[in-house]
Amino acid sequence: MEKFETFSGIVAPLDRSNVDTDAIIPKQFLKSIKRTGFGPNLFDEWRYLDRGEPGMDCSKRPLNPDFVLNDPRYQGARILLARDNFGCGSSREHAPWALLDYGFRVVIAPSFADIFFNNCFKNGILPIVLDAKIIDDLFRRAVGDEPLKLRVDLENQTIGLPDGKTIGFEVDAFRKHCLLNGLDDIGLTLEHVDAIRAYEARRRQEAPWLFAE
Amino acid sequence: MKTLYDKLWEDHVVRSEADGTSLLYIDRHLVHEVTSPQAFEGLRLAGRRPWRTGANLATPDHNVPTRDREKGIDDPVARLQVETLDRNCRDFGITEFEMNDIRQGIVHVIGPEEGATLPGMTLVCGDSHTATHGALGALAFGIGTSEVEHVLATQCLIQKKSRNMLIEVKGRLGPGVDAKDLVLAIIGRIGTAGGTGYAIEFAGEAIRDLSVEGRMTVCNMTIEAGARVGLVAVDDTTIEYVKGRPYAPKGETWERAVAAWRNLHSDEGARFDRVVEIDATAIEPQMTWGTSPEMVVPVTGRVPDPAREPDPVKADGMRRALEYMGLEAGTPCTGIRPDVVFIGSCTNSRIEDLRAAAGVAKGRKVASNIRQALVVPGSGLVKKQAEEEGLDRIFIEAGFEWRDPGCSMCLAMNADRLEPGERCASTSNRNFEGRQGAGGRTHLVGPAMAAAAAVTGHFVDVRKLN
Ligand code: SF4
Repeated sequence: MEKFETFSGIVAPLDRSNVDTDAIIPKQFLKSIKRTGFGPNLFDEWRYLDRGEPGMDCSKRPLNPDFVLNDPRYQGARILLARDNFGCGSSREHAPWALLDYGFRVVIAPSFADIFFNNCFKNGILPIVLDAKIIDDLFRRAVGDEPLKLRVDLENQTIGLPDGKTIGFEVDAFRKHCLLNGLDDIGLTLEHVDAIRAYEARRRQEAPWLFAE
Repeated sequence: MKTLYDKLWEDHVVRSEADGTSLLYIDRHLVHEVTSPQAFEGLRLAGRRPWRTGANLATPDHNVPTRDREKGIDDPVARLQVETLDRNCRDFGITEFEMNDIRQGIVHVIGPEEGATLPGMTLVCGDSHTATHGALGALAFGIGTSEVEHVLATQCLIQKKSRNMLIEVKGRLGPGVDAKDLVLAIIGRIGTAGGTGYAIEFAGEAIRDLSVEGRMTVCNMTIEAGARVGLVAVDDTTIEYVKGRPYAPKGETWERAVAAWRNLHSDEGARFDRVVEIDATAIEPQMTWGTSPEMVVPVTGRVPDPAREPDPVKADGMRRALEYMGLEAGTPCTGIRPDVVFIGSCTNSRIEDLRAAAGVAKGRKVASNIRQALVVPGSGLVKKQAEEEGLDRIFIEAGFEWRDPGCSMCLAMNADRLEPGERCASTSNRNFEGRQGAGGRTHLVGPAMAAAAAVTGHFVDVRKLN
């Protein structure tokens, strides 16, 4: 996993609540057996006017001019701003893969669906929960003529606004550590092989039916 | 004094960090073709092997065709995904019920059916409807592909404990009101984010009254209420259900297991962070009208009016949903006419669901405005049993199509899908935009309600049919 470094990026304001994983990456693209290449189909049904199918050349498809990611102001955006319950729906990790492949490293919303929230961390995306009032303010700033640029500093847990103000945010200490160091969960868990083996030995005695192979 | 969730959690903690992050041991891992290829790829790239091969059980379900299986899978991408699962299971020695195995089916149907889901287990699957298995008193939740790889490699997951919520369903459901109506009514009440951050235990008389299959329908949609975990305490009904299933313990081990399972309930006086009481006697047959499962009304009601919604963001969402669904506020639910009827999915494709639907279909005909009425059993064994009971004949004579098991039109990854603008009475669990096919419009209902919509050509209160 790529380390999460402090960066400044443009905010794309997606003013919808309950954005679900099927909207983030429609299911016809889930048949891939790879982790990459989903970016061009991120928000496919909103982003293009035709119906997307796997294998199409997206650069030749008609864009929906009303969709935020097609707005020239938000090209190259790395921060997605959204409303409540972002990422609801499926546990499929294609949603964070698609966001990441498009270039997003941060999603800011007043609330997230649990599984999606976890999946973000596992894929190097930082989901940030902020108060709805602050989100309203960010939306107001982001839809101006000039795109809003934020500086995201995970180490210090701050978001820097262009006017010099900063907004603090909460993040789980362990998740933060993993993101900052690009750590892979499996490697971390395998440091506890002995504990796992000891647990198994005990449980085999207590509940042998769980180990019938 | 502990809740059921507390007990299950504590039994599975291998170790904990100071902040409460725990390494949780996983007893059973169910695998399907869509969320596993990248996990196996990761395992191979890192030169790792599954930690405990026998803890895994695999089957293809999302992509499989529901007819003409002997011809194989037409769609090359879907075929590659299913073949990739077959190859991965073969390479790593994992038991798989392949597409043409009679035991193949939707993962959440086959786990309990095989006794591969047992009370007191931790069970995970790369699928958000894994909460289904909580109906048996198992701590079951959906995971993403990174976690699939993590479980394969370590038999553990890094997790944080959720808070405890109790949904106490008082009184009994009325005749003609089923588990699906109950869970839809619960979601209507607490909202799709109502359970976020919680593990929900469903309790109360109406839950105790339900069969294990009905409890599965309720737990299945826990995720639509925002929670990853749904639970029902173990009782005689659970133990009867598990007994004699292929993977269930036998003989003396069975006795020991049952003794342990008897403790799988919340202690008297255990503390819940949130308690919601639901009056079962007031619940009528439900249907969703919009594009989120919380957009639900009794079938006796009308499509709601956004103008009456005080929260502007919500009202806006309602307006968008009405537009997408092609509906006018105030329309009576019974005036809505579906084009397609789908009876299936991990919510409602078990034998009791098929019996309920067949009970309505019997001696009736699918209405002429219905383009297609599909019945897709949850597994090969459900299909076989239904055929032994003659349910297939009832459906076919009424004009339904009787298909092979899989997810089918629940998410339309195979050939079964809605055309743009088509309206569907569906027993599945999600009514998101495009879920059943781009531009498709989904109304979630229970199996008897779906069959009733098929034979009358419009949504109808199934209690009025007989
Ligand atoms: S039936 Fe539907 S909800 Fe259930 S596992 Fe399959 S796709 Fe998911």
